Amino acid sequence: MTNPPHGGKLVQIRQASRESSALAGFKENQKLKIGKEAATVVSNIANGVFSPLDGFMGENDYLNVLEHMRLENDVPWTIPILLLGPHDHHFGSGDEILLVDDADHPVALMEYGGNFEISRQEYASKVFGTDDKAHPGVAKIFAGNECAIAGKLKAAVKPDHGDYADFTLTPKETRILFAEKGWNNTVAFQTRNAPHINHEYLQKSALALVDGLFVNPVLGKKKAGDFKDEVILATYQAIMANYYPRNSVVMSVLHYEMQYAGPKEAIMHAIMRKNFGCTHIIIGRDHAGVGSYYGPYAAQEIFKEFPDLGMSPMFFKEFYYCKRCAGIASEKTCPHGEEDKLAFSGTKLRKMFAEGEVPPKEFMRPEVSQTISKFKHPFVE
Amino acid sequence: MPKYTSVSIPLTLQKRLEKLIAKKTGFKSVSDYVTYVLREVVAMHEMKEVPEPFTSTDLAEIKERLRALGYL
Repeated sequence: MTNPPHGGKLVQIRQASRESSALAGFKENQKLKIGKEAATVVSNIANGVFSPLDGFMGENDYLNVLEHMRLENDVPWTIPILLLGPHDHHFGSGDEILLVDDADHPVALMEYGGNFEISRQEYASKVFGTDDKAHPGVAKIFAGNECAIAGKLKAAVKPDHGDYADFTLTPKETRILFAEKGWNNTVAFQTRNAPHINHEYLQKSALALVDGLFVNPVLGKKKAGDFKDEVILATYQAIMANYYPRNSVVMSVLHYEMQYAGPKEAIMHAIMRKNFGCTHIIIGRDHAGVGSYYGPYAAQEIFKEFPDLGMSPMFFKEFYYCKRCAGIASEKTCPHGEEDKLAFSGTKLRKMFAEGEVPPKEFMRPEVSQTISKFKHPFVE
Repeated sequence: MPKYTSVSIPLTLQKRLEKLIAKKTGFKSVSDYVTYVLREVVAMHEMKEVPEPFTSTDLAEIKERLRALGYL
């Protein structure tokens, strides 16, 4: 038995081919151009990753999420799902509009549900806890439109995930997969990184307590300095082939744009993995954070506010290799100081790989380092 | 935005809750506490009533894809 979907319903929007008659014959004034990231959101709504949402939020849900971290119907939700677009459209309530990509290819059919203005300042302060434009999520909001276009999706075109298609599973597929494997309890691991030894220990510590581990790397737009999608996937393939038990670990990728909203995003990560059928999620140090905007364990604290989330978070302190313990330790288990901790900053790691060096095996499995070394430019620039 | 309503509870229970809240941090009022507990209880019951979101046709097709991809 997998975990029931969030809000009690796994949303499944009808799939349509690009050539479908339902998506043909729309005039220019019945179309709305959307970007790649919005198209990814469409796909996540359509296949149930964002259940119970069946479209882009209206004003009531939006305000409720900002103020109370819940949808209008009281279901926990912490980051608005908005379609921000231009004001200069003339859609009427209930009109069917065609969402198209940059090349004018259909992405989805949506029933227009009105539009409303957002305050970017308010959005930034309430979602990210800051209006500092150095924060990547804040910068994105301030660079975008203020008009939010609401609407329910009626049909969606299945996205082409190219090289990642075989590694992309929908919530319906993972639910069946977990059930077939006989997993009653599955812990999710959200990542946007190539695996270090500390990630491996985090995952395996959690796996020791449940039936299965669902490694779910995020692919999509990320900030400079993060590993590129192809590197994340290749390194996970390398570590899983060599160090993970096949029967109790599954990996598939999630197409999603990181928001770097720290604690609020941790809740969204839990909701998405709940829809995949997971019962637990690993929340470590500085989950979904960036810079020093959030406390190191703020993403753990926020779970206290959601007794009805329907996901059990598994909290861990940071793991690391301790030279004096001569093994993997954590803040909870190791009495030694920073000087004994084997750690590399992102900057140092990037410099090492750029100079043809690899980190020691106590920090990163050799198979992972070798995989990264094969890429000329492994980091987002 | 959410609207609120009143729910009657025995005064004796309210007093016990006030004492509890005074000792424990995190809750601002009896209403906050009751809302928290009820959300937990309601969610537990709602979870029991959710049917599997796929048909037998879905099941066969998806299992075939999962086998082809090496997941099963």
